[in-house]
Amino acid sequence: MYLGWFPLIFLLIVFAASMPFVLMALAQVVQIKSPTVLKYTAYESGMTPFGDARIQFDVKFYLYALLFILFDIETVFLFPWAMAFGKLGLFGLVEMFLFIGILLLGLVYAWRKGALRWQ
Amino acid sequence: MVPAWLTQLLQALHLSIGPELSLVLWGIILFTGIAILGQAAVIFMVLMERKVLAWLTQRKGPNRVGPWGLLQTLADGVKLLFKEDIMTTGQDKLLFTIAPAIFFLPVFVLYALIPFTDKLLAIPLPTGALFVFALSSISVVGIVLAGWASNNKYSLLGGMRSAAQAISYEIPLVLSVLAVVLYTGTMNIQEILTAQNAPFWKWFGIWLTPVSFLIFLISSIAEVNRIPFDLPEAESELVSGYNTEYTGMKFALFFLAEYAALFAMSALTVIFFFGGYYSPIGGTLCHTFGWDRAFESAVNLPGLGQLMQQFEMITWGLLKTYIFIFIAMWLRGTLPRLKPDQLMGFSWKFLIPLSLINIFMVALERQWQDTNEVVYGYLWAFVLVFGIGGFCWTMSRFFTRKLQARFQS
Repeated sequence: MYLGWFPLIFLLIVFAASMPFVLMALAQVVQIKSPTVLKYTAYESGMTPFGDARIQFDVKFYLYALLFILFDIETVFLFPWAMAFGKLGLFGLVEMFLFIGILLLGLVYAWRKGALRWQ
Repeated sequence: MVPAWLTQLLQALHLSIGPELSLVLWGIILFTGIAILGQAAVIFMVLMERKVLAWLTQRKGPNRVGPWGLLQTLADGVKLLFKEDIMTTGQDKLLFTIAPAIFFLPVFVLYALIPFTDKLLAIPLPTGALFVFALSSISVVGIVLAGWASNNKYSLLGGMRSAAQAISYEIPLVLSVLAVVLYTGTMNIQEILTAQNAPFWKWFGIWLTPVSFLIFLISSIAEVNRIPFDLPEAESELVSGYNTEYTGMKFALFFLAEYAALFAMSALTVIFFFGGYYSPIGGTLCHTFGWDRAFESAVNLPGLGQLMQQFEMITWGLLKTYIFIFIAMWLRGTLPRLKPDQLMGFSWKFLIPLSLINIFMVALERQWQDTNEVVYGYLWAFVLVFGIGGFCWTMSRFFTRKLQARFQS
């Protein structure tokens, strides 16, 4: 099985993930706790918090997320094309221009439909 | 994966610990190195930011702790370590604890992929140029988790804004690097740098695609949540955004990772667009002018010239990186904050179409550069005219509409 550099990256991720927890544990050991009731309420500019903090948010976020997925996948498609550009020649150029053109049309459509309007 | 010098060292010490354990050993060495160097860079950057902001507002900045305030950041770190770790009622304790770790982790691994010289690079990944962005986009998960777990309205709003901003600016960021990958035909960061081993007017940010350099600069500042794109922690409206409820060490981790991300992004700007560790005349100065050979023969120490070159490369790389860090700080001291609708609109209506057009241009340039020098020159002029013309046209449209709206209202 060919793993290349990824075992090393995985090791680094494991070490890097452990480091914050070690620091937090260290802080837990050395800090001095003096609990009061008011200290453990959520901060809301000095007033008593009211209602649930997990409020509903705008549907616009989801529209942007959908558009993002579309363009992110496009970007991922473009990278192999960019790598193989020297071999593909004119065919690759025209083909990808069509692909990007269609996606640009999609963006223009979303724009005209008001999906990019942020209120 | 394990470098040759480590295996040789292990053999010389008569330690046969097998490939797996030596890989783990190499991982530990790398981790320690990154932890120390990364922390040192961040400690210096925090002081630099405070000094630069102070000078921009005609103050003196930190000058009490240590000479010239040099130990200020260390003192702050110790203070944050001893601060009480407060968890308010109603918080999701697990997510609240792991959110700083998730925010911190990708930046840390990113350091291993940044080359400091042609030899000093921990992981020369063949797909490095894509992998660095895959990594840096993970950290937004930490911000959203922090906002959600905090049980605080400001935090939640900050987290959601951060998610929207990060996904909007990631596309122009990656597309602007795509232009470089398209031109060099490789995703290996080391090879991208070798393609820029030339005088400074041939660096990609100046000669090939200044447009994608500008797109990259703007979106990288948006990706690390700095002014003028610091809506996730806009202190005048959201107190402190996603880290409102964080205290002590957890806040320190957020703080650390933010500055580390700024360093990584500036280093990537230099790598992709400004020749990385190469000097402004290509290669290294001491090799081009023969100083390394002269010094080596004078002192009669073989390998010294090589060492001199490596040090010069580190110096150039860090110097350029800190210039871009300084630009980010300068922007922070100069510009006001954008509104959310301006922020999102700027990415989707301006940067993304512009970066797609930019890819058209670079592809055309790449297609005909080898066959005909004259066509190549014309295409470059074409790119320039379209790039600057398109920019001016869009900006003029943008501003006339604004003016019209102002007159109508």
